[in-house]
Amino acid sequence: MSEMAAAPSTVEKPPAPPRGWTRERIFGTALVALWAVAGLGLLAFLVNAWNPELFQKYAPAYLSGLGVTLALVGISVTAGAVLSIPIAWMRMSKNKVLSAIGYGYVYFFRGTPLIAQAFLVYYGLGSFRDQLEAIGLWGFFREAWNCAIFAFTLNTAAYQAEILRGAIQSIGRGQWEGAAALGLSKFQTVRKIILPQALIVALRPYGNEIILMIKGSAIVAIITVYDLMGETRRAYSRTFDFQTYLWAALIYLAIVETLRHTIEWIERRLTKHLKR
Amino acid sequence: MPIMKRLALAASAAAIAASFSAANAQETLKIGTEGAYPPFNNLTADGKLVGFDVEIAEALCEEMKVECEFVTQDWDGIIPALQAGKFDAIVASMSITPERMEQVNFTDPYYVNSLVFIAPKDSDMDPSAVGNMVIGVQEGTIAAIFAEETYPDADLKAYPTQLEAWSDLDTGRVDAVLADFGVQYDWINSDDGACCEFKGDPVSSDDRIGIALRKDETELRDRFNTAIKAIRENGTYAEINKKYFPFDIYGE
Repeated sequence: MSEMAAAPSTVEKPPAPPRGWTRERIFGTALVALWAVAGLGLLAFLVNAWNPELFQKYAPAYLSGLGVTLALVGISVTAGAVLSIPIAWMRMSKNKVLSAIGYGYVYFFRGTPLIAQAFLVYYGLGSFRDQLEAIGLWGFFREAWNCAIFAFTLNTAAYQAEILRGAIQSIGRGQWEGAAALGLSKFQTVRKIILPQALIVALRPYGNEIILMIKGSAIVAIITVYDLMGETRRAYSRTFDFQTYLWAALIYLAIVETLRHTIEWIERRLTKHLKR
Repeated sequence: MPIMKRLALAASAAAIAASFSAANAQETLKIGTEGAYPPFNNLTADGKLVGFDVEIAEALCEEMKVECEFVTQDWDGIIPALQAGKFDAIVASMSITPERMEQVNFTDPYYVNSLVFIAPKDSDMDPSAVGNMVIGVQEGTIAAIFAEETYPDADLKAYPTQLEAWSDLDTGRVDAVLADFGVQYDWINSDDGACCEFKGDPVSSDDRIGIALRKDETELRDRFNTAIKAIRENGTYAEINKKYFPFDIYGE
């Protein structure tokens, strides 16, 4: 682990390389300048296209869409986290049947597009209305919102199970053996020794998964749940004004940036003891 | 040798140029349509585009003596795609509205439409008492806008295509679907739509359907208008009309 990777404390700093205007540097600077110009252009476009009437008309719709997106991702990521625990456990199980089920689940949900899963849950299950009514589940699947949560939870659970499994398996065998030598039960070992280390490893992949879900949720309007993207498309289909999409992009960007910084902050806090 | 080579190159260049100009002699028009709006424009199981709009467009192209090529495009992006030059005309049962007129030019109407509700046969849905019912519409259509303005208390569910709105009517997720008369007529007379029937009279009528063109294409618009008149007069229109509807859809 990190103790082993520790370098001797006295290392000469290599001399700074000469900073002339190499070809790479000119190219890189030009590229950055190009991006900056494009960004400024975009900003200028937004300022120029600013239309208070449009804003007044559609801002509430965007806000409600944003709320839908955040609630949808929040609920399904949380429910998916709970569901991912048994799946990861099955996936790591020595029992062939259990591990095959876990593998099959992850294989299916990672291997097919989220849009197809949402469509299948909403319209596909909808055609089994009589059977669902017979077992009393139609009340749940009747609502588009429930279908969206259901599909998204199943999907993210597959990804999260893999994150969890990878993180747990990244913890060295020595930790398990050491815990066993101290007479800790399996449950205690997992809870007190393995998970605290594994979750640090899993933190960034979890953050990525949430970010992917935020962006992936943009397809949910096909099953009539009007999230941020759905409201954007609606506004666009009424106004034919491209800035509707630009605003949506900026809002998504802001959410993702906020999340990224939050995750980074959490990681800095959690890994304080590993820094030297 | 170099001279021979050069000659060969020149000859092939000439051949390419010749084939280009041959292609130009027959003008090609790209027609944009949705492909999910039976019986006006929809894709068959083997991917062929069929329907009233498609046949009308084909008849108009024949009348104008141009080659026509169809492009399918999602409804909510169909006007931007026209403006971006992905195709030259939209023949997709598009209603002529003031909002759309700001973006595109329309030809004379090639049929007239009305909005009408359908609901399951055993439902006592009444268009004059919508209240807080769940109403299915297709997003970006005049039905969606009409319902939003007319039934503020209703729970509106907007679908990407008309087919999904019907599918949810079938499952009972929506109480009624509001859409164009022509599509609704075709659906309730199909096996899938056997569950449902018209409820009440059309809630809005005299909605004219035209072909959308880019703003600057006035010459093309005139040609389309002449062609529409021509197929009305020579009976082609009536023939196509008869294939799809037992009533006159043109409306004077």
